[in-house]
Amino acid sequence: MYIYNEVDQRLVDDRVTQFRGQMQRFLDGRLSEDDFRPLRLQNGLYVQRQSPMLRVAIPYGTLSSPQLRQLAQIARTWDRGYGHFTTRSNIQFNWVRLHDVPDILASLATAQMHAIQTSGNCIRNITCDQFAGVAADEVFDPRPYCEIVRQWSTLAPEFLFLPRKFKIAFSGGEEDRAAVRFHDIGARARISDDGKPGFAIYIGGGLGRTPMLGQVLKEFLPRAELLNYFDAILRVYNRHGRRDNKYKARLKILVKDLTLAGFTRDVEAEWAYARGGPNTVSAESFAAMEAFFAGPGYAGKGADDAEYQAALQSNRAFARWVARNVAAHRQPGYGIVTLSLKKTGMPPGDATASQLDLAADLAERFSLGEIRVSHEQNLVLPHVHRSDLLALWAIAAANGLATPNIGLLTDVVCCPGGDFCSLANAKSIPVAQAIQERFDQLDYLFDLGPLELNISGCVNACGHHHIGHIGILGVDKNNEEWYQVTLGGREGNRAAIGKVIGPSFAAAQIPEVIEKLLAAYVATRHEGEIFIDTVERLGLAPFKTAVYGELHGPHH
Amino acid sequence: MARIIKNGEIVADPWCLLAPGAEALGTVTVIKPQLLLPLARWAQELELLEKAGYTVGVWLAPDDAPEALLPRLAQIPVIAIQFPSFTDGRGYSLARLLRQRYGFRGELRAFGDILRDQIYFLHQCGFNAFCLRPDQDIEAAVAALQDYSWSPVAGR
Repeated sequence: MYIYNEVDQRLVDDRVTQFRGQMQRFLDGRLSEDDFRPLRLQNGLYVQRQSPMLRVAIPYGTLSSPQLRQLAQIARTWDRGYGHFTTRSNIQFNWVRLHDVPDILASLATAQMHAIQTSGNCIRNITCDQFAGVAADEVFDPRPYCEIVRQWSTLAPEFLFLPRKFKIAFSGGEEDRAAVRFHDIGARARISDDGKPGFAIYIGGGLGRTPMLGQVLKEFLPRAELLNYFDAILRVYNRHGRRDNKYKARLKILVKDLTLAGFTRDVEAEWAYARGGPNTVSAESFAAMEAFFAGPGYAGKGADDAEYQAALQSNRAFARWVARNVAAHRQPGYGIVTLSLKKTGMPPGDATASQLDLAADLAERFSLGEIRVSHEQNLVLPHVHRSDLLALWAIAAANGLATPNIGLLTDVVCCPGGDFCSLANAKSIPVAQAIQERFDQLDYLFDLGPLELNISGCVNACGHHHIGHIGILGVDKNNEEWYQVTLGGREGNRAAIGKVIGPSFAAAQIPEVIEKLLAAYVATRHEGEIFIDTVERLGLAPFKTAVYGELHGPHH
Repeated sequence: MARIIKNGEIVADPWCLLAPGAEALGTVTVIKPQLLLPLARWAQELELLEKAGYTVGVWLAPDDAPEALLPRLAQIPVIAIQFPSFTDGRGYSLARLLRQRYGFRGELRAFGDILRDQIYFLHQCGFNAFCLRPDQDIEAAVAALQDYSWSPVAGR
């Protein structure tokens, strides 16, 4: 993992001092709400429905055990004892008090963390594949590049007041686990024909009000040019992105207006000046950064997993958990464990302070002190030896962190919604809970197989409903909360945006609607065909009919 | 005389900034002999005004293209960049272009909605003069140039 140097530490310390002064002036009335708003947003501070909310960055989703404990401590000291993991690998504290925020930021800085640029019209937290560095299908580890881009983008002075927010994601695997085509910039690890590392660059993706799939801006960008090229993209966007209408201000609209060819031409022209310039990253810099992320020593653990094999045979609950929550590791004998934050009864992505502490302990005991946060709002222990899985499972299960539902229907991705967020049109958590309660039979869930359900409480799409196999969007109609259902969204290599199936529903109808969609799938699936593939094969028609009946079928 | 920050110090501002719609010179009395003209007028009236004894600088709106200045860049004493709102970040890129790409070495001034809380970052992009929004505390703004003891990666 990356360790701050003196420069990094000074930056976060100076930032705390600066923000403490700004908060003081705001509380004194010397700084107006309008002048303060962009400052607080760039420090992660929102003013919400019930209380201010602080969003803390977890750069590329990587945490150490001490950092996770620090987050637990913050939850306990300044919040109501829990935190909420978001779909962009941040953690949100929903009950902070305004005047405490500088102290919270100071306490984050002691653990090499910050809340810089987790909101505002600037370059947001860099996200990444949660299995980076350990995935069996990895081209190369994207984290060193994420850290280089994190340093470049943090307080990048030219890009602090962009037309709108700007999101960057990196993916290192053959399979895209970072939804790169739904970001302003998505970078996928590639090896060139002559064996050099670099990235395929996707541009102009995003969800929200106008969902768009990112397009290829560059088939192969040599890694040395990463910052020069990103600088060129950002400058074109900063100068030419629309500022007259916030709903048309994202990069995706500029790319659409200029066309991909026009945008590419502008970026290439800008890059021509920067190419090989002072921000070119040297081989030595890459090597120094890669050293921070070099794999841990896996030696010392024998290949003996007889106990594990026996437990798989005799312990059905454990076997189910392994089937869903343990992914293939590049190192033989190891697994990647996902601790589910999707237990029925807990808001999706929420974790209590004691669960955070426990995850930190488990990471120290079983995963070399490292934790990842996934954009599906779960925690990941990336280096667990098979012989430790049973012990880990027992502890996690006793603490509500071992629901065997990763990638299943009840692994709901969900924004905080109308219970917390002032942008929301509708509540999202109760809808998620109603679905989790209705479908709590593991046999049924396992039979349904992989199925992603995403819920957003408004068009801003923090719950990424457009890329859920089933998506649910809360909408406001005459001050009533209604829910629109989409089908066919998907992330990964076959990324697609879901389509609305028809008129929206009241919250109480949603579990029944889901049930009908699932019944239609079960009735028509081929052997071994997962839900989304059936939807792709058949289109929406049979699902619309299942939900709305023949009369309101395909032509509604 | 209005005060600005220049090279980290508070100084009196000798420049008179003309709005795009300002009346033609000759019909108004301009006391100051140092004029900052909007880009279109700078292009048209520069020679005439210099002959008449004025010292002439130019100011850019956020959507102006700085390339129009290139033929005479080395002779321009002041380029001022307008910030209609402090959240309009286009001027930061203009400053970077003028300093890094085109090598402008004269005074690069930010004016308009200029607040102490952005001054550090404006300075990092190459501005060395700041004409603050009238309600700002100019001494505090000078101090804000030291808000960070670190420098950003980009452009280092």
